[in-house]
Amino acid sequence: MVEKPITGSRKAFMTGNEIVTWAALASGADIMFGYPITPQNEVMHYWTRLAPRFGREFLQTEDEISAGFTVCGAVQAGRKAFTATAGPGNVLMQEPFGMAEAMRLPVVAVIQQRGGPSSGTVVYSQQEVTLTAYGGNGEGHRIVYSVATHQEIFDYVIKAFNTAWTYRFPTFVLGDGYQAKMREPLELYDPAERGIQLVPPTPLVGLPGAIGEDREPQHLCNIYSLEEELYDAVLRLEKDYQAMAPLVVEWQEKNCDHAELIVVSHGVVSRAADDAVQALRQEGVRAGFFRPVTLRPFPQQQLREALRRSGAGRLLVAESSQGQLLRLLRQELYGERVPIDALLMPGVGIVDEDIIAKVKSIL
Amino acid sequence: MIQPAMPKSWYAPTKPHKFCPGCGHGIALKALGEAIDELNIQNRTVFGCDIGCSLLAWNFFAVDSTQTHHGRTTPVMVGIKRSRPDLLCVGYMGDGGGYSIGSQHLLNSAIRDEKVTLILINNTNYAMTGGQLAPTTLPGQKTETTPYGRDVTKTGYPTKGPEMLAAITADGAYIARATVAKYRQLRTFMKRALQNQMEGNGFSFLEVLSTCPTNWRTNAAQTWDFLEDQMEAYFPVGELKSPFGKGEK
Repeated sequence: MVEKPITGSRKAFMTGNEIVTWAALASGADIMFGYPITPQNEVMHYWTRLAPRFGREFLQTEDEISAGFTVCGAVQAGRKAFTATAGPGNVLMQEPFGMAEAMRLPVVAVIQQRGGPSSGTVVYSQQEVTLTAYGGNGEGHRIVYSVATHQEIFDYVIKAFNTAWTYRFPTFVLGDGYQAKMREPLELYDPAERGIQLVPPTPLVGLPGAIGEDREPQHLCNIYSLEEELYDAVLRLEKDYQAMAPLVVEWQEKNCDHAELIVVSHGVVSRAADDAVQALRQEGVRAGFFRPVTLRPFPQQQLREALRRSGAGRLLVAESSQGQLLRLLRQELYGERVPIDALLMPGVGIVDEDIIAKVKSIL
Repeated sequence: MIQPAMPKSWYAPTKPHKFCPGCGHGIALKALGEAIDELNIQNRTVFGCDIGCSLLAWNFFAVDSTQTHHGRTTPVMVGIKRSRPDLLCVGYMGDGGGYSIGSQHLLNSAIRDEKVTLILINNTNYAMTGGQLAPTTLPGQKTETTPYGRDVTKTGYPTKGPEMLAAITADGAYIARATVAKYRQLRTFMKRALQNQMEGNGFSFLEVLSTCPTNWRTNAAQTWDFLEDQMEAYFPVGELKSPFGKGEK
């Protein structure tokens, strides 16, 4: 028997990309398909070094389109498969991600956002929110976890495999170049020892039994002859998605009691927001903190409740893009009368001072 | 009423099939069905197709089948094969899917010696979308996007897929071109293309010259003449690379 990648738990000081690999190993991922693009390359570098020790497989494909479609094939064959990409690679993968949405394929992808549009930078941004949540020619039937710390990268990659194989919607862990490349302390653990049961994969093709005797053949498709057939199929997806949404939605709320203004942010920027809100509170400024952990499904109800409970009269969105979270927020808070201010810094980092100054300029 | 015998691996509830009258797909799929029967591999074959005319085969066989976007059959089959080497993966595609939009997948899967069997139907046009220029359209041939005939100074010469793949594959690959006009040879090549995967020798590829009277706008005699005279003259039929001994012409 092949040994477990992690037994018990242990402290580590690692880059985000290395953590993705350890978490995928701990999740029981069987195979990774990948294509080089910065800043996710080290996910493949660590995977190719570690995977053979634990009987796992890897293929470097000819491009990101192929990486996405080979993952689609592998999960149909009943293997836990994943990929990692960024920027223009994320654009190319929207095609296979669309197939995964249509056919309910439990594809897992780690997105380490880089600057855009186009080649942008290889460094950092939060500009792949719209693409990751709503890319493709469909309705965004996906789950997107936006992580903020290295511990979360480990926790949520494990969770992503379980969510994907439980609900069979493509599932994303949305990080960024900063988180991919920096080192941070965290605890690696064997999920079983934390009471986390790994959801076993199940195949869609290559099923056991003789066709025509024990079973019918599987005929899987994602194309329909009639509009009405597609309509029914999309409504089924939507119904299942809405039924799942309350079970997977996640958020963080801090210091919202009697807040005048709530800062809304996600991913690594939420760390600056958290620090900023704490500092402002110490100065007597009544700021609050809200962070959607799942960008899709969005914690809409939870944010509305936070607004009502706190009585906050304003929201401030802080993000490293020109309003991708802001657009989500406007869509999800439709009908609320609260004014929304924004600190938009596309493709560059945001620190606590930026947010503190912005809040002071508003209040 | 007496009906011709169907291969056991065909899925009876979807017959008669939906290809146009005079289309060669049915002949190619019959050869594939008979090869699957003869090799007794129905229960471990996975069939994949895309959204060209090959799409109409998505529920053609009583084997596990899956469908994807144009050109992407190859990576989906590679993903399945890499995950479950015990399965026999058959990717079924058109000339557009294989030689144009999916050419990077075809080329690289051949170079990597992926242990899959890819069958490509060459009917010299994009048929499902209404008869446009394909990589295999013959010089001077009229299509919807070359209404005055294919001008090779503007769009180049037809792709010779098997010749290209034979040049870049390792020993152990099986590379051949058959035609629906020579059924027994077609069935033999089909069987070898599957057997090669079963034996794990290497990458397997079979191009099949086929007919498209709907988009060629030809009657029966003209259809057959175009296939046997013009297509075969440009695309020689035979085995280009075979681990099963001397190539058959």
